[in-house]
Amino acid sequence: MSVLIFIDQVDGHVKKASLEALTFGADVAAQTGTTAEAVIIGTVNDDLVDLGKYGVKKIHQVSGNGFNQFDSQVYVNAIAQVATATGATVLVFSNNVNGKALAPRLSAKLKAGLVSGAVALPETSNGFIVKKNVFSGKAFANIAVNTAVKIIALSPNAYKTTAIDGKAEVVSFQAEAATPKVKIVSVNKASGEVPLTEAEIVVSAGRGLKGPENWGVVEELAKLLHAATACSRPVADAHWRPHNEHVGQTGIAIAPNLYIAIGISGAIQHLAGVNRSKVIVVINKDPEAPFFKAADYGIVGDAFEVMPKFIAAVKKLKGVA
Amino acid sequence: MKILVCISKTPDTTAKIAFTDNNTKFDTNGVQWIINPYDEWYALVRAIELKEADAATSIHLVTVGGADAEPIIRKALALGGDEAIRVNADSHDSFFIASQIAAIAKDGNYDLVLAGKETIDYNGSSIGGMVAELLDLPFISLATKLDVAGAQATIVREIEGGEETCEAALPLVISCQKGMAEARIPNMRGIMAARTKPLKVVEPVAAESLTSVAGFALPPAKAGVKLVDPENVDELVRLLHEEAKAI
Ligand SMILES: Cc1cc2nc3c(=O)[nH]c(=O)nc-3n(C[C@H](O)[C@H](O)[C@H](O)COP(=O)(O)OP(=O)(O)OC[C@H]3O[C@@H](n4cnc5c(N)ncnc54)[C@H](O)[C@@H]3O)c2cc1C
Ligand SMILES: Nc1ncnc2c1ncn2[C@@H]1O[C@H](COP(=O)(O)O)[C@@H](O)[C@H]1O
Repeated sequence: MSVLIFIDQVDGHVKKASLEALTFGADVAAQTGTTAEAVIIGTVNDDLVDLGKYGVKKIHQVSGNGFNQFDSQVYVNAIAQVATATGATVLVFSNNVNGKALAPRLSAKLKAGLVSGAVALPETSNGFIVKKNVFSGKAFANIAVNTAVKIIALSPNAYKTTAIDGKAEVVSFQAEAATPKVKIVSVNKASGEVPLTEAEIVVSAGRGLKGPENWGVVEELAKLLHAATACSRPVADAHWRPHNEHVGQTGIAIAPNLYIAIGISGAIQHLAGVNRSKVIVVINKDPEAPFFKAADYGIVGDAFEVMPKFIAAVKKLKGVA
Repeated sequence: MKILVCISKTPDTTAKIAFTDNNTKFDTNGVQWIINPYDEWYALVRAIELKEADAATSIHLVTVGGADAEPIIRKALALGGDEAIRVNADSHDSFFIASQIAAIAKDGNYDLVLAGKETIDYNGSSIGGMVAELLDLPFISLATKLDVAGAQATIVREIEGGEETCEAALPLVISCQKGMAEARIPNMRGIMAARTKPLKVVEPVAAESLTSVAGFALPPAKAGVKLVDPENVDELVRLLHEEAKAI
């Protein structure tokens, strides 16, 4: 018996969301009296042995021809083989981009009940009940999983990683490779920037900034805070900012530690994508802006006056000139 | 080409979220229902665009839901679907719903099965992948663009920190999100035509439910905003650093 965690990697590096999944999986294993094992597909540059500090005891590495690029069918086939070999009773994924492609497939393949967007450890005193986000962050649901094998896809940023002393045993797993039916022709990645869904801090702005030429202060503050930048939908629709920055109901849903909203009114559809942020700061010149109701800290003021002062104050805190 | 678009019904984005029956049921009192935005704006409208480019295309809609889903499916027909199938079952188990859609898809031999990225009420983002597995087809998740030439599709999809372009032969299952198409409003002619388009009601096939909803909870209310004087932004930074420990 084991809890099996899928470790997601991009370009040879383990994703932060997977460290959360590892910690979560190890805690589920402790809770259910089993051991935490993991599966990773492809070759990696990071030291896998070291991942033992997140509580995982053994990592099964699937590599070789046929596993060099992401393909949901090929990956799920391999993960299912590892799951069977390790007698996994709980499988843990991050509910990130790859997790959303893999966990549902695996659920159907193994007939294992899936809870996606989980935010807490399962309740096991009476069945197996997992709390998840519903209504775009406006509520939680407790989902009972009624199958022998269970799958949990953990919401990114919902579970803190904890590091202990420990090393993982890394073994190679010979999985049968399925033939990929999807061919990847090109990849286009914003390099050097903090990916929005992984960012601890997000600096976001809306129509209140009047035009794309005024985004300098947003970028400068983001850089100082190692933050990602985001925007409201009308800003992306007007092509002031790229579409992949649009957060909200119809854009990306995020849950950073800190969300700074500048010149955004706080419409319910915008809030749906950001209301799981731990701390929300709102800067808006209209004291009646609905966003203040969802905020922890606020400044009623003109962004064009507040932002330079904000940047200066952060520089002072960080000790940069 | 034959396209199957999965249509689900969700509360309007501004609906008040409340629960009844000891927090086990969503309170539908006064709730307006809409087509799930991802299904409408992206999956369905892109299907319509593909049909406009190639008249030999037909668009079928499928929804798994009770009779109360009919106004929604009619609206989707008014936008441009050719015919619709309602599987007469009320379920919140993704595997059960996916099994129904897979059964319809198998029957109809579709070239493309399009689903939304997720429903905005249950936020499963699961149906597309499950349907693909049940049909043993490739699944292209979180697609932002889709073009079809002959039996070959070119898709742009979201990946961690960017996007990638990929190619695959039909048939395929694709989950759709922003970028696929622009929102449309049904016109009068579409609304009139929708009244006479076929809407078939079928009973569900036998399928397991793997999960069930045990209850709901609302997040604790925020303590309220702490306002800082715009002349004293240093104080905000101090609070964020010392009190919130966020920077
Ligand atoms: C189905 C549906 C889905 C939607 N999905 C999304 C979504 O995913 N994401 C999203 O963001 N929106 C979404 N919307 C749109 C949403 O309803 C709002 O229209 C949008 O969020 C408003 O963007 P905004 O706050 O940037 O602009 P506005 O509403 O125009 O607000 C601008 C704000 O800036 C303030 N301001 C102006 N000048 C200054 C200044 N100098 N200094 C400080 N503050 C200033 C104003 O007081 C105002 O509050 C959706 C709408 C619908 C119907
Ligand atoms: N009851 C349903 N009937 C038809 N399609 C559905 C249903 N529920 C979900 N879908 C489709 O599956 C997508 C993803 O839903 P979900 O996995 O529930 O978040 C939706 O955007 C719809 O396209």
